[in-house]
Formats: sequence, C-alpha cells, structure tokens
Amino acid sequence: MNHESEKPLLRAEQLTIRFGGLTAVSGLDLQIGRNELVGLIGPNGAGKTTVFNLITGVYQPTEGGIFFDGQSITGSKAYRITARGIARTFQNIRLFSSLTVFDNVRTAFHLHLRGDVRHALWRGRSFWAEEESIGAQVLELLEIFHLGKFRSAPARSLSYGDQRRLEIVRALAARPKLLLLDEPAAGMNPNEKTELMRLIRFIKGKFQISVLLVEHDMQVVMGICERISVLDYGVKIAEGTPEEVRKNPKVIEAYLGEEHLPVKND
Amino acid sequence: MKFRYAKLLLLVALAFSLLVSLFAGRINSYVLFVLYYIGINIILAVSLNLINGYTGQFSLGHAGFMAVGAYTAAVITNRFGDLNPFAAGTLFLGALLAGGLLAAVTGLLVGLPTLRLRGDYLAIVTLGFGEIIRVIFQNMNAVGAARGLSVVHGYTNFFWTFGAAAVTIYVVTALVHSTYGRGFIAVRDDEVAAEAMGINTTKYKVTAFVVGAFFAGLAGGLYAHSIQFLTPSGFNFMQSIAIVVMVILGGMGNTPGVVLAAIVLTLLPEGLRWLAGVPSLPGIPRAYPFAWVGNTRMVIYSLLLIVLMLTRPQGLFTWKRKTPFPA
Repeated sequence: MNHESEKPLLRAEQLTIRFGGLTAVSGLDLQIGRNELVGLIGPNGAGKTTVFNLITGVYQPTEGGIFFDGQSITGSKAYRITARGIARTFQNIRLFSSLTVFDNVRTAFHLHLRGDVRHALWRGRSFWAEEESIGAQVLELLEIFHLGKFRSAPARSLSYGDQRRLEIVRALAARPKLLLLDEPAAGMNPNEKTELMRLIRFIKGKFQISVLLVEHDMQVVMGICERISVLDYGVKIAEGTPEEVRKNPKVIEAYLGEEHLPVKND
Repeated sequence: MKFRYAKLLLLVALAFSLLVSLFAGRINSYVLFVLYYIGINIILAVSLNLINGYTGQFSLGHAGFMAVGAYTAAVITNRFGDLNPFAAGTLFLGALLAGGLLAAVTGLLVGLPTLRLRGDYLAIVTLGFGEIIRVIFQNMNAVGAARGLSVVHGYTNFFWTFGAAAVTIYVVTALVHSTYGRGFIAVRDDEVAAEAMGINTTKYKVTAFVVGAFFAGLAGGLYAHSIQFLTPSGFNFMQSIAIVVMVILGGMGNTPGVVLAAIVLTLLPEGLRWLAGVPSLPGIPRAYPFAWVGNTRMVIYSLLLIVLMLTRPQGLFTWKRKTPFPA
C-alpha cells in the first residue's frame, strides 16, 4: 500500500477564527481523505461557510493550521490555494455574469496556461495552439455536464439549476484535488436534488477527487456523504458515518432542541 | 471575430497612417489638428477602457498619467535643436516611449497601494492623485510652473498619432481576447470568485493600471508635440472626466464603441463651433442663425451627454449581442 495515499488530503488542526469578540469557529479538527466525500452540516450560523472561507484563504485563521497534500496552506492567498488544488463553489452563485458560459469555464484554465501576457500580445503559433487546446477542453467539460448548447450564452441568462451546475464545472476546470461545494442544493426542487446527488457521485468517480460538502438538506447529505462532521456554534459536536451522526443525541439537540431527545432515566 | 488577423490589421493601419501622413501637406491644418486630437483621444479612451471598462477599476486619474507623459516627452525633445527627419523621428519615438514608461511607473506607484480600494473609494483616490501630479507640475520651475512650458518641436503628425492609436487598440484588444485576458473581465465581474478561480486579482489590476498609464503617457507626449504649449491646468480633473465620459458613452468594455465615442466627442464641440459660424440659411432671414450655439456650446454638449446617459445607459455604441465578448 502506498504510504502517501493513506495520509489525509486535507487536515485542519485546531482551526480557530475570531471576529472581534465572536469566535466563529473554535478548535476545529477536520480531515478529508483522498477521493472521500465528506459532509459538513450544522444549524444556521454554525460556522460552516466560515470553515470554507478559512480553507480557501478568504479568511486567515486566528489560530491553528491547515495542511493540504502534506504542506501548510495556512495564511496563503486564495488564488495560491486554488493553484494548489482546492476549488470551490459559492453559497450564493458567483459566476462571471457578463462572460459567456464558455468563457466562465475558460477563465479557470488560466491556472494551467503556459503562455503569459507576451503570448497574448504576440499571438504566435504557440498562443493559438494553446487557445485551441483550452477551447477543446472547455467544450469537453461543458458537454459532460450537458451545458455545451449554452456555450455562447451569457452566464446570467442560464436557469438557476444550470448556473449551479456551471459553477461546479468552472471549479472542476481548475483541476482541483479537493472540491468544496457550498450548499449546492439550496433552492433546488426534489427532482433537481436527486439529479445533484447523482452529479456529485459522478464527479467524484470520474475525476477521482475529494469533495467537502456544506449542506442544509439532510436528504442530500445523508444520501451521499461517506462521513459527516457536525458544527454547532463553531465547535465540532459530532463526527462519523451518516448513521452514527443521525443517532447522535448532541446532533439531535442542536437541530431540534433538548426536549426532542429520547427520554433518559436519571 | 476571432481576432486572428490582428497583427495584419495592425500593420495595415500603420501603413495607412504613414501613407496619409505623406500627403498631410494637402490637408487643411485645422482639419489636421482635429484629426490629431481624435487620435489622441482614441488612445486615452481605449487605454482608460482597459482600467475602467474591462477591469472595472474606476480611475479618475488618467489626465495625471497624461501629464507625466506630456512633460517628460517635451523636456526630452526640448533639449535638442533642429534635426534631420530621421533623427527627429527617432528622438520623438524615444521621447514618447520615455513619457509612456515614466507614466507607467507612476501608474505602478499609484496602483500598488490604492488597488485594495474599490469603486468610489478608488475613484476618489485616483482623482486626488491626478490633482497632486498637476500641482507638482504647477510648482516645478524647471518646466515653467504655472506659466507653462513651450514645446519647441511640433513633431506630432498623422503617422505618430494614428500609429500609436492603432497600437493601443491592438494591445488592449489582444490582451482582453485571450484566456489570460479573460482574467481582467473576471476581476470586474466578481473579484472573490476570480480569486477563487486562481486569478491573482491584484496583479491583474496593477497590470491594467500600468498598461493604461503607459498609453496615457504616450498620448500626453503626442498632445505636447501638437499643441506645443503645456499648462498644468490642461491636465486638471475635467480632462480626466472627459476621458471617462468617452468610455461610458462608448460602453464600458467595448473597444469599438469607445473609439467611436472618442471620435464623436472630439468632433461634437468642433461641429457646434462650425454651426455657430454658418452665416445664413435659406428661409431664415437673420444672419448667423446659430450664433447662439457659440456661447452655449458647452451647455449643449453637457445636455447631450445627459440625454444620452438617460436614453442609453449601457453606452451609446453598445448593441445587444448574443455574446458580450466574442472570442
């Protein structure tokens, strides 16, 4: 067995962030293995998106460290972290709305460009060869996700579900090892949710990547995640398989309140 | 448009401006000067469009960069006497490039600390910076301070002006129409998402500022050697606003539109001036029926701008297209 592959892909240790007097995330330990699908759940305001922002470098942790692929990415700039192999989607869709569907995905290829400004200005043979190869790869990705027919449409003209999918495609174009999905099922109807679950499983299988999923929708989380971490008030209160988490009294208390706990004899 | 034949188009444009400049002697000198200003305004507007339009950084300091280029180029050429045409051309090219480079360095110095700011904050800071440059020139005795600086050589001709305009259009268009250059538009559309896609947004913003400032400096040099007299007040914030108006009127991030706007807005005051000078019209008994236009020229100009902004806020020359930015 390859020793390297047994190490977790992402490891957050004692991750803490304070905004003034508010400790949004406190002493969080989180591990994501290779090709693993992990869910991060918790009630509103539990700090899930903050964890995302910490991992992707939007916020810098007050304490603790984040290690990706064996190296520390604590305090790295967001664009550097993406270059290392972590791509994300956003809770409220953040596409480049004036760019076309094609160009939205093409922008993520920026990371894999060999040429730079000089190539763009000189527009020689190697520039066109690279642009053509990128174009072909973009189209291939779009076709996989059935977005090819929209390629010349502005991203903002797409339906809500398609925009969500496009955001995932754009993140995949950055060729991540770890994909972070921030509430991908938000605002979706049951059919779209089923489709989304199928899509996430498909992505994990096809691209052989790890996925960290922040989600409110229990059906989706319980349906696809291999492991789930539960946050409440910035603290991890439970971790385990969907079955374990579902039965955990702390989780039930956080979500439903104390009186919903099974009666205990004391 | 694939922008495949861009280099060829650029060469054709350069050859054409060279050809026209050979026959410039036959063109009325007033017309020629208006043409120069059209070319200079195209350079200014297209380069500002890279900053304001494509990258979405609202800069109000373009006149400042222009001033740096104008004074630098003028000081360089003023040190030389009359030269043969070839030497003069080389000198002028060198002076223009020096002006552009110094403006670019200024752009870098301004850009690095201020580009953390966004929107109106950036606008105010760049506005302040432009004024600082103007005040520095106003107090610099070596360049005549408020008395102004006369520029000995009138080197600007059709070739230099439109050659530089063609190069500006080429550079800005080539930059934006590439996978690399889509980063500029990504930064404008959503900075957080751009950063999350691996784009170094600071680098892109600084690049836009430096390239924009370089061409503004170039335009300044051309301006200096056509008007042949520089006063600091010529580079005040009204001049910056005038360039911003061209960009907005043409449509932010729409280079052909901005070029058209630069042409129209240069011709408009001249056209109104001409209208005021029309001695008589058939059917109207009064002489100089449009003389009132002469006094209210700038009012009409402003009113037209207001009407245009109300009726076409997306830019006068932005048409609805299937793809906003074709490859």
